[in-house]
Amino acid sequence: MNIIVCVKQITDPEVPPTSIKIDAPARRIIPAEGIAAVLSPFDLHAVEAALRIKETSGAKVTILSMGSNLLREVVKKPLAMGADELILLEDSAFADGDSISNAYTLATAVRKIGAYDLILCGRQAADWDFGQTGIGMAEMLGIPCITIARKVAVVDGKAVVERVVADGYEVIETPLPALITVSNELGEPRYPTIKGILASKKIEPVVWKPAEISIDPAKTGAMGRKLLLVNLFQPVRESRCEIIGGETPEEAGANLAVKLREAKLL
Amino acid sequence: MADENGVMVLTEAANGKLTELATELLACGRKLADDLSVKLSAFTAGSGIKEIASEAIAFGADTAYFADNPLLKNYHPEAYLAITEKLIKELKPQVVIMGQTDIGRDLAPRLAFRLQTVAVLDCIDLSLNPGSKKILLTKPVYGGNVHAVFTSDLSPQIATVRAKTVKPLPRDSSRKGEIVNFDAAINQSTFRLKLVEKKTQAMEGIRLEEAKVVVSGGRGMGGAEGFRQLEELAALLKGAVAASRPPADSGWVPNVRLVGLTGKVIAPEMYIAVGISGSSQHMAGCSASRNIIAINKDAEANIFRYARYGVVGDWRKVLPAFISKVKELLSS
Repeated sequence: MNIIVCVKQITDPEVPPTSIKIDAPARRIIPAEGIAAVLSPFDLHAVEAALRIKETSGAKVTILSMGSNLLREVVKKPLAMGADELILLEDSAFADGDSISNAYTLATAVRKIGAYDLILCGRQAADWDFGQTGIGMAEMLGIPCITIARKVAVVDGKAVVERVVADGYEVIETPLPALITVSNELGEPRYPTIKGILASKKIEPVVWKPAEISIDPAKTGAMGRKLLLVNLFQPVRESRCEIIGGETPEEAGANLAVKLREAKLL
Repeated sequence: MADENGVMVLTEAANGKLTELATELLACGRKLADDLSVKLSAFTAGSGIKEIASEAIAFGADTAYFADNPLLKNYHPEAYLAITEKLIKELKPQVVIMGQTDIGRDLAPRLAFRLQTVAVLDCIDLSLNPGSKKILLTKPVYGGNVHAVFTSDLSPQIATVRAKTVKPLPRDSSRKGEIVNFDAAINQSTFRLKLVEKKTQAMEGIRLEEAKVVVSGGRGMGGAEGFRQLEELAALLKGAVAASRPPADSGWVPNVRLVGLTGKVIAPEMYIAVGISGSSQHMAGCSASRNIIAINKDAEANIFRYARYGVVGDWRKVLPAFISKVKELLSS
């Protein structure tokens, strides 16, 4: 069983909102100083899903990442968690794509990898929240796709997936190969172990440039963009909160109830 | 392109009627159709939905298409993709609007890639660029701290729209429109996905989406026990209990109570947030609430930027006193 997991390096989504700045004329987000790069959290859930399958039925887990300035300590985290190899599509030609060009580039790399049974992605990247690249890859590769999984198991050559929906979940089966996007309901991704971290140090990532995956330069990265970003702005929010006080927290609580009554909210 | 016509809205039905979000989408589609001087079509897929589909006219559509087929009873990605793709190829709309729902999140990108166009998910505003006659799609990014406006030259432009961002038009049963049965065959033999079963996690009490008052807890609740007090308060106020992601991820509450970017989007009259810092991901699900009340020990917490009234303090001390005063006031 060969599993490919796609992961994306982003700026830490847990940063305080005030640290996010934009360059509006250039339509760019300015990376906040001192904010660490991380893998998109949903992608780590996808890695976790792959490692659970590896534990129960055995699998080779290949991590695929794309971007420019990929920090080795960031993109190697899945190796430290227990993945087997790391392929990086690292070139400025791959950068600044949209869902279409990114899906095209990743699908092209998957074809070069060749043998695979399962592709796992996070449900959406936690920076732009597009939620489309995985579905696009599946469409381009001509394989079935199930989105927003809370559980992925491989049984008798099929994937059995629990898909999160608003009032519970659905159980869906698909033949392999298939692409599954994974959600946080899967459960916490494991922490790298010391042994895993040491093992990951010995694994050198394989770096592929555009020519090595025979990509059409007009369809990758910024060149392949079909979605045009015409404006970026930061919504202004003026606080109008009335803080209700009291001598003690208990008194403040009671005063809040009185205030809500006065405001006819109770 | 000259042969493109109109705006199309995918209207979901549930419990024997159009969903609230479907009526919001019709209002959004109506506005765009009027701005473009084109027709607005609605499309409802399902089983036993013929009567429901015609409701789309009363909420603003010019034509209500429906596909009534047992294969469309539950959302099956391949069935819905096939039927929707067929109708879009026939109608050639320039804009296709869906809700940011379990269906929209899954179907919109599938359609976009199938039709070789682009979708933008979770939009909070759609407007016409009068010069290009293309639609500008506004979507929160970077946890809602930045809004991005996208467009594209490809057609159709596909969007999913977040709940509670548009007000529905008042229901007008005198509106005239055409109801069309889109009776296209669905070839099940090509399906690769098999729906085995659906497990519904029953939600006790008032439905979260319909509750006028929602009492919600966050990471600061510290465990499942604190939610007993939130339940007590919700019962007093005839409301529902909700949570941000940490309590849902930790299993303190069932996942169906999650409010936020990846959970439910609600807009009650009053949203009481207890021990919730107000991360942008959470606020995506509740910022349209009429009145947000916050109890948090951190005066700098983001939730106070959204709140109308707030108490800075430990909920363990504030909440019991608040609840007992509420009881007293309600009984007087």
